Amino acid sequence: MSQRVGVVRFPGTNCEFDTIDAIRALDGQAEVLWHGQSDLQNVDAIVIPGGFAHGDYLRCGAIAKFSPIMDSIHAFARDGGPVLGICNGFQVLTEAGLLPGALQKNVGMKFLCSMQQIEFVSTTNVLGHHASAGDRLLIPINHFEGNYVCSPEVLTEMEADNRIVFRYTDNPNGSLADIAGICNRAGNVVGMMPHPERATSHLLGSTDGNSLLKSLLDA
Amino acid sequence: MHFEVKVEVSPREGIANPEGSTIERALPALGFVMAGNVRVGKVIRLQVEADSPDDAKSLVEDMCNRFLSNPVIEDSHVEVLEE
Repeated sequence: MSQRVGVVRFPGTNCEFDTIDAIRALDGQAEVLWHGQSDLQNVDAIVIPGGFAHGDYLRCGAIAKFSPIMDSIHAFARDGGPVLGICNGFQVLTEAGLLPGALQKNVGMKFLCSMQQIEFVSTTNVLGHHASAGDRLLIPINHFEGNYVCSPEVLTEMEADNRIVFRYTDNPNGSLADIAGICNRAGNVVGMMPHPERATSHLLGSTDGNSLLKSLLDA
Repeated sequence: MHFEVKVEVSPREGIANPEGSTIERALPALGFVMAGNVRVGKVIRLQVEADSPDDAKSLVEDMCNRFLSNPVIEDSHVEVLEE
């Protein structure tokens, strides 16, 4: 059970409290971890939330990968610890080399903010404990750089290893192979562009994010 | 010695470039129907302290590989402009 979740805050992060609230509503514990510290405070899981880490200067996530906390997150992930990157957090994970590929500007050059349907492809990862392949979820997106790209070789390898976690059913941003989320080989590191913490009550239009965060707590 | 160095970061061939595509679609509206294959990248200029132009170049190439460009989607070209 991952009862204590560390939610990383860089200068420019802005989804840390939404994420913490969503986890607490599921009876998990959550606390902010400042990017400048390397001590992970013995948390059981890490979330890198959305926002604009270091202002997204140079490229999204390019500067965040040098923050002191990232070395600890590398070690935590190597030891099998659950790590979830949401939106900007997904971009940070790709820049840091914890996940393959990169996220570039949306096709059409528009900032997208909309409810999106995504489909579970692989459930053999820290988000899939309560899911079956083919499950469809409504989770909002909110990004300018969500257009996933990787080399054809990496895509073939990820598909063969069942590492595509979510695909959009109606691709909003030009992502290669409709990819909305992927995981590493071991399944303990997941990156996704949609925001599960914003799909946690009927007031927000969907509660489908709860099962994903619950899965992280159960990882 | 100080060297002025220019880095050109460009989208890798074969990788879609949404910025370039958008500009390409806008050009005909101004009558520039002859333009195509628009690619948008960025230019970074910096000064480095090094022993020779070759040293300056290899230092900045190292910066490119580790930070200034993302080799997954971008190529970089380093040019030492002047001492």
